[in-house]
Amino acid sequence: MRNVTMAVAVGLTVAFSATAVTAGAHLDAIKARGNLLCGVGTGTAGFNLANSQGKWVGLNVDVCRAVAAAIFGDAEKVKYVPLTSQQRFTALQSGEVDLLSNNTTVTLTRDTALGFDFTGVTYYDGQGFMVPKKLGLKSAKELNGATVCVAPGTTTELNLADYFRANKMSFKPVVIEKVDEIRAAFFSGRCDVYTTDSSALAATRAANVPAPLTIEDFVILPEIISKEPLGPVVRHGDNQFADIVRWSLYAMLEAEEYGITSKNVDEMMKSDNPTIKRILGVTPGMGKALGLDEKWVYNIIKQVGNYGESFDRNVGMGSPLKIARGQNELWTKGGLQYAPPIR
Amino acid sequence: MSDDALPGGERRQLAPPIDESGALGWMRKNLFSSWGNGITTVVLIVAVGWILSGFLDWAVFTANFTAASGTECRGGGACWALIREKWRYIFFGSFPYEQHWRPFFAVIAMLAMLITSADRRMWNWRLLVIWGVGSVITFLLMFGQIHIPLSLVLFIALAVGGVGLSLRKAIADTGEMNAYRVLAAIGFVGLALRIAGVLPAWSLAIAPLSYVETSLWGGIPVTIILATYGLAFAFPYGVLLALGRRSNLPLIKGLCVGFIELIRGVPLISLLIMASVMLPLFLPSGTTIDKFLRAQVAVVLFAGAYIAEVIRGGLQSLPKGQFEAADAMGLNYLQKTLLIILPQAIRVVIPPLINTFIGFFKDTSLVLIIGIFDFLNTANQALVDPNWAGFPAEVYLFAAFIYFIFCYSMSRYSKYLEVELNKGTRR
Repeated sequence: MRNVTMAVAVGLTVAFSATAVTAGAHLDAIKARGNLLCGVGTGTAGFNLANSQGKWVGLNVDVCRAVAAAIFGDAEKVKYVPLTSQQRFTALQSGEVDLLSNNTTVTLTRDTALGFDFTGVTYYDGQGFMVPKKLGLKSAKELNGATVCVAPGTTTELNLADYFRANKMSFKPVVIEKVDEIRAAFFSGRCDVYTTDSSALAATRAANVPAPLTIEDFVILPEIISKEPLGPVVRHGDNQFADIVRWSLYAMLEAEEYGITSKNVDEMMKSDNPTIKRILGVTPGMGKALGLDEKWVYNIIKQVGNYGESFDRNVGMGSPLKIARGQNELWTKGGLQYAPPIR
Repeated sequence: MSDDALPGGERRQLAPPIDESGALGWMRKNLFSSWGNGITTVVLIVAVGWILSGFLDWAVFTANFTAASGTECRGGGACWALIREKWRYIFFGSFPYEQHWRPFFAVIAMLAMLITSADRRMWNWRLLVIWGVGSVITFLLMFGQIHIPLSLVLFIALAVGGVGLSLRKAIADTGEMNAYRVLAAIGFVGLALRIAGVLPAWSLAIAPLSYVETSLWGGIPVTIILATYGLAFAFPYGVLLALGRRSNLPLIKGLCVGFIELIRGVPLISLLIMASVMLPLFLPSGTTIDKFLRAQVAVVLFAGAYIAEVIRGGLQSLPKGQFEAADAMGLNYLQKTLLIILPQAIRVVIPPLINTFIGFFKDTSLVLIIGIFDFLNTANQALVDPNWAGFPAEVYLFAAFIYFIFCYSMSRYSKYLEVELNKGTRR
């Protein structure tokens, strides 16, 4: 049924919106409008949510702000459109938003059949394990014989079985439908382990630990057993705009790699390092290649910060979620975040 | 002669009378009239006291009103500090923070508009003035800028003139009728010229404040606007549908029946999803209709179908003699319907009508599934913030309290209205 709906949706999109689009068409529209229409989720802790002042904050929101900073030189020129997971693809296809940044997993069918382009990965999510600290576990490999709380009928359940079988371990599943009840069962000690996407584990740990216990009493084990790369999405039709979104994210990663932060970016402008000079536009060329101002990276870093700063502020140790960098660490430090060179 | 009177002027000794008046008497009569009742009363008092003390302990005595973050709150009773931190967001959503006075006064304007129009003495031409002024103030505050196109002004002139001409015929004096004729003529000629392209696309701009688009609206103004204007437009529309369903013309009747049954046959959520997910695919790329407007139209269509069926119940309850008497008086269809039939029909259906209104006031929170931040959804959003997460009871109690205030006032108003409107027929 879902496939039929999707096929109809795609068919309609092709039929009704297959007007000839030239390179730069979306970008021109954005520039003429004077702001970026950014589709965000309707509230996920650390990734996209409206704070007490009603301002959107989060790791995904920072991607929107970075793109706006690159295009306009002003990270505030974003209009956020909150979208539910049912609406988000139609909204992008129909042009209601220019850019979708709401925890969308990169998959082949979305990239092809839906007519989208994924422009990088902001967060490598995946299924993880949370255990009480008092068990003294350091690795998921030590979980032999554990009781595991898991939601039924999801890929989560299948991944769990596969992982334990592959590592020749046994486990006793405690299958509970409702997420509130799973949490209650885990925190009351009915199971040793709770497994779901690691970002959700962190959010649960930050919000739902019952009174005498604290966030310190639970650890999320380092193993991630499934692939859920989350990234920003644009629709087909404007490669230049897609490039800008892609390289805005890369610029944040490159800046972290070369130690450029929102605090020291002004001093870094005087750096002798040729790579840093190229990144920050002191040696011109990169901005022109993208069709942007030469100070595009400077604006992103000054106003939004590099990837590490954004991660730390929104989901990392500087936030209540306290998610370890793990796979989202830079490649130089053993993680997966790897930006091609800006040159 | 009473039994008490014995010969010789002696009187039989009587037990002192049971005091049936006062608090004590009331209690004896209602709470402790027998052993069984007495025990039930005591058990219930203990149970209520036990529950209440637990609740008060949580909600008041051990509650935290001043914590600076959610972690400070943990462990004690209710965390009302969360409401203290988030109340502005819950009420006004993502509306620019320093301009929260705008939605605040917009809500005041709408409430004032609703309360004044609740008074029966206002139920005449004044109602139009109140709603006109109230709506302009509300939307001026919410949007910050309003553009009134010439075509709209002309259309209103035509509508007022036309309705006046047909309704007030034979009642109004010549001067009034002439005024209607002039209005209708101006409207008709103006619109014709506008369509022909002679008149320019002129519009009157009132722009004292910065523009705030609907995607930034949130909280209580969204709930009230969706409910108020949803029902305000749905009501006349529902009346038309109800009249159409009873029409003798097969085409009109068929259309109305088909529409009502179609809309009533699907959930509101499916209409909202259609409006927000499917509709944009039919429009040419780049053109989008405002999401808020789409939701508003979906609510109007949906509420209209329900109100139509309620009104039809009222129409069917009227005896045939009323219709015949109106015909005998020589009234035309419009006059008969507006002056004789509808006032009686609507009076009969006030309780179910208000019931529908209350239902729709709460149903507006379904717009959260298309990403519009109404009051319940902003409350939900306050729960997500990792700094304050983990206190759903407080937030939902607060939201429930606000909803209760609105819904309870509506139900009291319906009670008052029933008494007021039935004064003439009550025995």
